[in-house]
Amino acid sequence: MKYVDEFRDPELILNVSREIERAADPARRYRIMEVCGGHTHAIYRYGLKDLLPPNVELIHGPGCPVCVLPMGRVDDGLAIAAQPNAIVTAFGDMMRVPGTKGTFLEYRARGYDVRMVYSPLDALRIAQAEPDKHVCFFAIGFETTAPSTALTLLRARDLGLDNFSVFCNHVTIVPAIRAILDSPDMRLDGFVGPGHVSTVTGCRPYEFVAREYGKPVVISGFEPLDLLESILRILRQLARGEAIVENQYRRIVAWDGNLPALRAMAETFELRPYFEWRGLGFISQSALKIAPPFARWDSEVRFEVPGVRVTDPKAAQCGEVLKGVLKPPQCKLFGKECNPEHPIGALMVSSEGACAAYYRYAQAPDAVTA
Amino acid sequence: MELDAEQPMLAKVDVAGVRRQINIGLLDDRCVGPGDWVLIHVGFAMSKIEEVQAQDQLRMLRALGEDQLAIEEVRGYSFAAEERAP
Repeated sequence: MKYVDEFRDPELILNVSREIERAADPARRYRIMEVCGGHTHAIYRYGLKDLLPPNVELIHGPGCPVCVLPMGRVDDGLAIAAQPNAIVTAFGDMMRVPGTKGTFLEYRARGYDVRMVYSPLDALRIAQAEPDKHVCFFAIGFETTAPSTALTLLRARDLGLDNFSVFCNHVTIVPAIRAILDSPDMRLDGFVGPGHVSTVTGCRPYEFVAREYGKPVVISGFEPLDLLESILRILRQLARGEAIVENQYRRIVAWDGNLPALRAMAETFELRPYFEWRGLGFISQSALKIAPPFARWDSEVRFEVPGVRVTDPKAAQCGEVLKGVLKPPQCKLFGKECNPEHPIGALMVSSEGACAAYYRYAQAPDAVTA
Repeated sequence: MELDAEQPMLAKVDVAGVRRQINIGLLDDRCVGPGDWVLIHVGFAMSKIEEVQAQDQLRMLRALGEDQLAIEEVRGYSFAAEERAP
């Protein structure tokens, strides 16, 4: 691995932590949202909260794709798995996400053909190997993952593969950030911008946050030093009374993003007029559907799915945690009925979910269940 | 990273000692070559790691706070108080 140890250097970490202390005005309270679930995981994993002054609070954002997927879409995937001769393929973190009728893993135990894949191309290979079956890839993820689905669709077209389709749940991060900024119960001072999403989108899509809402955005890497430097840059912008987009993750993120990836997405997807996000409700133009020229590989065209909107379990407060209104342990079910062994909400399933990260790293299990 | 002349979309990479084949169709053709480091996500190379940028950043972070430390050190000189004394 490259640039891992360097960006975990304890001496440099303490150095930046001290600078943060100097940059933060003790008379002021700062609320900074890390948009990306990978950042949430890293913040808990490395205990970064302990390296920040008490008046700098990190709010966990909606950037965990599994966490924001509404239960109705899981039910649709399960309905496809129950069709004759169907194979549903999905990434590992999707396998344990509960729908109203169970999880993909439970459906596999009931005898349906559900398989975990590491790449959408693996799903394509299964379709080539089993021409008598129809292979559906349950696609999920932000702009980081959507290009890989796009390239897989292009490959399916080139191969003329007829027994493969994609159930598309790809979402885009910018409309969700705007929804959070427009939410009356959210008062934020700045954003740690998503690192891997930005490798594809580049930095320009966040300029409206600075220009229209006057909030700093710093695109950040995932190592402790990356995150601390990004927080420092936000605090320094605030101290100067400035709001701009900065790219802290320059070793990976190009300002204009990844053009081949954006081109592949533009060819294979179009924007949905609206899409439901768990916890945030319906957000217009926030998700991708498969473009008409690729309808042959669109599971929503190939299969009848229930398409029913399902409300979350009443006791679970996933929505409030997703919006950063509640911290994970403030949910009534946290660590009790809802735990990593028996997750009720998706936030407890994915390693990028705030609840799973909090449960695993933030305190001892005894303290959680007490 | 190693390129495969027969399959231009594919490359072999070493991930923490394990050799894997990945798809490089999302990278600009001329942007990567043997020996480069790339960020991989779900079997695809997403971005090349820019070493110059990483080194610059580390240099900047190492320098961070040096001014402040120098000021603190100067403040700490015990003879400063003697000089001020009449």
